[in-house]
Amino acid sequence: MTEPINVELSVPSLSDYVGVARLTASGVANRMKFTHEDIEDIKIAVSEACTNAVQYAYGDNIGNITLTFSIFETHLEIKVSDQGLGFNIEDKPDSASDPEKIGLGLGIVFMKSLMDTVDYQSSEGKGTVVTMTKKVPPARTSL
Amino acid sequence: MVLDLNVSIREKDSVPIIDLEGEIDVYTYPKLSDALKLVFEQYPITKNIIINLSLVRYIDSTGLGVIANGANQLSKLSEGNVNIINATPQIRKIFDVSGLISANFNLFDNEEIALSNLNNNNS
Repeated sequence: MTEPINVELSVPSLSDYVGVARLTASGVANRMKFTHEDIEDIKIAVSEACTNAVQYAYGDNIGNITLTFSIFETHLEIKVSDQGLGFNIEDKPDSASDPEKIGLGLGIVFMKSLMDTVDYQSSEGKGTVVTMTKKVPPARTSL
Repeated sequence: MVLDLNVSIREKDSVPIIDLEGEIDVYTYPKLSDALKLVFEQYPITKNIIINLSLVRYIDSTGLGVIANGANQLSKLSEGNVNIINATPQIRKIFDVSGLISANFNLFDNEEIALSNLNNNNS
């Protein structure tokens, strides 16, 4: 497999910067000639992964969210990682206690629905890494 | 590109309409939340609220969460409905994926169709 081209971005875990991550995702996906619909899907998936990190990774503190976009000939791989509290994926926050914080449950639904693969690695105290991939449509495959 | 959210509230045929412009995400959703609270205060017995997404290019789970929460509140207050208009195909897709469309949560193509349906249901 050809080595990917990597684009990296680090943003603070503040809601202000989720849009910056989304714009970067859009720019990278655009370079790979994804369709407009695919680019919108990728933007939402990246935004959801970052939103989860902003809302849950560091509690009341501010940390960093690192995004790595790996551009392969056939697909885009995106890693969104934090070094925060981590969590057990089975213990999702109770949305009933704050109806507006349905982000985590619905965010994961969006990521799984809009990307081709989604992998969550998280352990308490060691942070979380979300790895997502999206295939480039065959007719558009080229760097 | 607008990364902020502009919100304004107007009224037509006695129905409060929230016009939105921009992107709805974890940074901007409090503005929509505040607008819904204001509408609930100003129209405590309204049966319908319209949310106009014609100038919204992006919405994610946080925005949908606020709208779903508004629909729940309206259901409890007046057994009313939240009506979304002018959603782009991408935003319609997000509503579909979310599974949030429910008995008191409607999608209409535009304001005219929404008001016509609401007036017919009220007559």
